[in-house]
Amino acid sequence: MTRTILTIENVSRTFPGVRGGAPVRALEPTSLEVAQNDFITILGPSGCGKSTLLRIVAGLDRPSGGRVLLDGREIKGPGADRGMVFQSYTLFPWLTIAENIAYGLREKGIPKSERRDIVASYTDKVGLRGFEHHYPKQLSGGMQQRTAIARALANDPAILLLDEPFGALDNQTRALMQELLLGIWERERKTVLFVTHDIEEAIFLASRVIVMTARPGRIKADIPVELPHPRHYTMKTSPEFSQLKAQLTEEIRAEALQADGAH
Amino acid sequence: MHRPLEPVSYSTRIVLGISFFVLFFAAWSIATLGGYVSRTFLADPITMLHDGWMLLTRFGFLSDIGITVWRVVGGFVIAAAVAVPLGVLMGAYKPIEAFLEPFVSFARYLPASAFIPLLILWAGIGEMQKLLVIFIGSVFQIILMVAVAVGNTRRDLVEAAYTLGSSDRGIVNRVLIPANAPDIAEILRLVLGWAWTYVIVAELIGSSAGIGHMIIDSQALMATGQMIFGIIVIGIIGLISDFLFKACNRKLFPWKLA
Repeated sequence: MTRTILTIENVSRTFPGVRGGAPVRALEPTSLEVAQNDFITILGPSGCGKSTLLRIVAGLDRPSGGRVLLDGREIKGPGADRGMVFQSYTLFPWLTIAENIAYGLREKGIPKSERRDIVASYTDKVGLRGFEHHYPKQLSGGMQQRTAIARALANDPAILLLDEPFGALDNQTRALMQELLLGIWERERKTVLFVTHDIEEAIFLASRVIVMTARPGRIKADIPVELPHPRHYTMKTSPEFSQLKAQLTEEIRAEALQADGAH
Repeated sequence: MHRPLEPVSYSTRIVLGISFFVLFFAAWSIATLGGYVSRTFLADPITMLHDGWMLLTRFGFLSDIGITVWRVVGGFVIAAAVAVPLGVLMGAYKPIEAFLEPFVSFARYLPASAFIPLLILWAGIGEMQKLLVIFIGSVFQIILMVAVAVGNTRRDLVEAAYTLGSSDRGIVNRVLIPANAPDIAEILRLVLGWAWTYVIVAELIGSSAGIGHMIIDSQALMATGQMIFGIIVIGIIGLISDFLFKACNRKLFPWKLA
């Protein structure tokens, strides 16, 4: 087992009630250890607190209890050591694609010539060469999310957090994006935490799938995915894949039913 | 028949835009030259143009125009220089907003023109007083509108910047300001239009030069042609400044149109 890079210790989150209503428990005390170079997908029905957990790791939200340690240091707020890709398109519209990718490097004060090299290398990796000087608005959703991934990776974070990054994309684009992200991970071995509600996506990408329960969320199952790398999209039709899919479908279905019944 | 929200071609737009001016002048000409309106109260377009020409060539009206433009631009630039940073700070930092917003909201409704008598007492009828009128009229409006724009910055962009390592200062300088720069430019364009009203009122009340001064002087002479010419000049300058502002914005913020 490689060393643990991220430790989530009894992290819980309760949102205060709106207009005197009862407080909402979004996340039960949750613990998770993430080993270096792991690709973990967090799978759960909508509103199960999986995004809340990811936002707490990112430092964008504070836990009501517990703590998160990155490399042994407690997380107090957002920082460049945890790159994040959001579901919404969050490229800075006033910057070109190249300037967007260079944003974090600029904030770090990395000299211009070095910035240019890093940006060029990541523009290549996400297949956006030739679009460096376009503005985000001029690009399709898939290309924008590719830029967002490059922007997060260019910063060389210790861990990459993705919050349903392909949720707004059409099916074909989504499949291509999964392969692209997996390809990058297979080459660079970043530690990745990936939130999704798509079962196929969760299996295809992950070395470990964490299944969460309906609200209030907690970890229900922790399933290793032993499929070999490099993975090809044809793997989605293999018997091993189908078996995992059937297993996870059962797990999620129970939660979805419960979540649906709760409303 | 045109459908709602259906766009028109560029050429049709130009033709339609010009045709209203033509109609306007035609109606005016018929009313005055046709003898339906007394010449004492409303000069006809030809007299207006003639009077205007006389003003420009014989009575040094160009220097009046220059002075008025200088006053508007001067007062407005000072107001913007004070108000934009304050507005950005208010939008970005909620304690500053809580501290200033109630007063600014109140001050915004204080009519700049009502300050003129007071400002004459304080600052005389010199340039200082004109600049102050425009300053008071513009500064609170700009502060408030900029603060609202900055306060409405997309949260996810701010969060993305934080996860890319931005400091609080970096958020203000490299997210809040560039994200809202086009809106701020648009706010300035809008308020500049209002500043024109304030300068003319200030010049009507206590002044020895400027377009407003010419208009009030012409009133004493019953020279309606000159008065109308003065008013039209203001309109034309407004149109030009608007055009320049828009052209500048297009140049400065290509991403907005991309």
